[in-house]
Amino acid sequence: MADEEDELPETELSYDQKKEIAKWFLLNAPAGEINYVAKDLKAVLSDEEVYNEAAMEAFPVYNKSHMICLEMPSRAGDVIVSSYSEVTENEYLDPRTAQVAIVDHVKQICTKVRPANDEELPSLYIEEYRYALDAEIQRYVSESYPKGMCAVNCVKGKDTEGPGSDFELVVIITAMRLSPQNFCNGSWRSVWNIDFQDESQVLDIKGKLQVGAHYFEEGNVELDAKKDFQDSTIFQSADDCAIAIANIIRHHETEYLASLEVAYSKLPDNTFKDLRRKLPVTRTLFPWQNTLQFSLTREVEKELGLGK
Amino acid sequence: MEAALGLLRRMPPKQSETALSALLSLIPQHSSDLLSQVDLPLQVLRDIESGKDFILCEYNRDADSYRSPWSNKYLPPLEDALYPSSELRKLEVEANDIFAIYRDQYYEGGISSVYMWEDDNEGFVACFLIKKDGSKSGHGRRGCLEEGAWDAIHVIQVGPEDEEMAQYCLTSTIMLSLTTDDESSGKFGLSGSIRRQMKMELAVADGHLCNMGRMIEELEGKLRNSLDQVYFGKTREMVCTLRPPAEIVQMRLPDT
Repeated sequence: MADEEDELPETELSYDQKKEIAKWFLLNAPAGEINYVAKDLKAVLSDEEVYNEAAMEAFPVYNKSHMICLEMPSRAGDVIVSSYSEVTENEYLDPRTAQVAIVDHVKQICTKVRPANDEELPSLYIEEYRYALDAEIQRYVSESYPKGMCAVNCVKGKDTEGPGSDFELVVIITAMRLSPQNFCNGSWRSVWNIDFQDESQVLDIKGKLQVGAHYFEEGNVELDAKKDFQDSTIFQSADDCAIAIANIIRHHETEYLASLEVAYSKLPDNTFKDLRRKLPVTRTLFPWQNTLQFSLTREVEKELGLGK
Repeated sequence: MEAALGLLRRMPPKQSETALSALLSLIPQHSSDLLSQVDLPLQVLRDIESGKDFILCEYNRDADSYRSPWSNKYLPPLEDALYPSSELRKLEVEANDIFAIYRDQYYEGGISSVYMWEDDNEGFVACFLIKKDGSKSGHGRRGCLEEGAWDAIHVIQVGPEDEEMAQYCLTSTIMLSLTTDDESSGKFGLSGSIRRQMKMELAVADGHLCNMGRMIEELEGKLRNSLDQVYFGKTREMVCTLRPPAEIVQMRLPDT
């Protein structure tokens, strides 16, 4: 590894190579920091063309994976940019207001909205379930997340007219806290896939939670935590399903938060100890001045064949 | 350069090697600056003659070879290579032995190396390195960690002796990463790096090793606590800000 770094590249990097590197930096920016990364990247690249092309390709991927929320004009609320709400690369559906938001990925803004047309919206039957679930989730999110945003999208079977077919709804919950002046940023992303299975009359629920935090005041530390969940409930009326699903989500997320707290509390005395103890087993500082003890210890270690 | 360092500060700590290679290829004209300001996880080589591992860094490198602190030989062998003076080498040997014991007491495993060389100011520079793999498949005694790495680099500049005192300037860098993976909390990973300095003027009578050792022990302890309480603590605070723990789990029952 050290050898590789010492070698200077023989030839200039190609346009494509530079672009791929630029994209890598953008895509790996922590939540809420892509614009700072972009600024530094532009300075390092000093090549507008490469940067612009890399940005055009990287920003949409970043925005969707971080599920950024963009404010829609005329106080219509926020739209969540995600692969579940994507209509085309620059258009995202907000099912709550039945509008499609047109976005500029690189600027990270919503430029305008238009009403969604019929093909983009789910059927009345599906909408009943989606609407009820959305209402329950909104209630849950407003109770549990100080700055959370949520959406429910239908990703499969949206044209189903009535019972007899399967369909799938996705619940997205996202919360971001950005405090660059305190050198601290964080994000929470939950994605819950609810598979409504008609034949077995069961709802198969799969959840993915991802929490990240970045603290970088005179140092650089990052938290990266994730967990997958699995649960199920019975296929009932739209309202009853909504309540059951929200309860399941609430239960798992609350439990997860509690177990994260446990993981943190175990750090100083347990987990961290596997890396470095606070003090030696003797509970005293190392006796640097006692050279006689060292010679003895060295002899003992040699005798017993200890130490590397 | 500022921008390059800014980028490195924002990239995930686990990806710092990839980030650095990417930057080196984009701005090769700044490579020596970058390499001297950025620390990467330490690499290790085996000294077959002594049967021990040693840590690689800029301070024991000459061309493409590295000097083992155990045998004092370069691997791969190198003609006309740089060596510390015999007096300094004696101190270096003692330092390696003592530091290995220190390492064992605090790290219960791992690898350590110490390198010394004369500097231009009639003093010398010593570099103390530790690398620990704390994962359950490595030297993690309690089996808590799926993955765990601690790399410590302590560089001390020792000034010339003046009226029985000497100036010691220590720069310590710690890089660490840990991941736990269990039923209840899923995959939980923390990683990061931190660097601090400490300057002291101490009596030479106690011995250079004793003085340097005490400073390293003190700063390492401070950094460990800081990482644990301040740095990791801030990320914990952030999680609780995003989603405060619910005192009571509110369950909504269907209206009958």
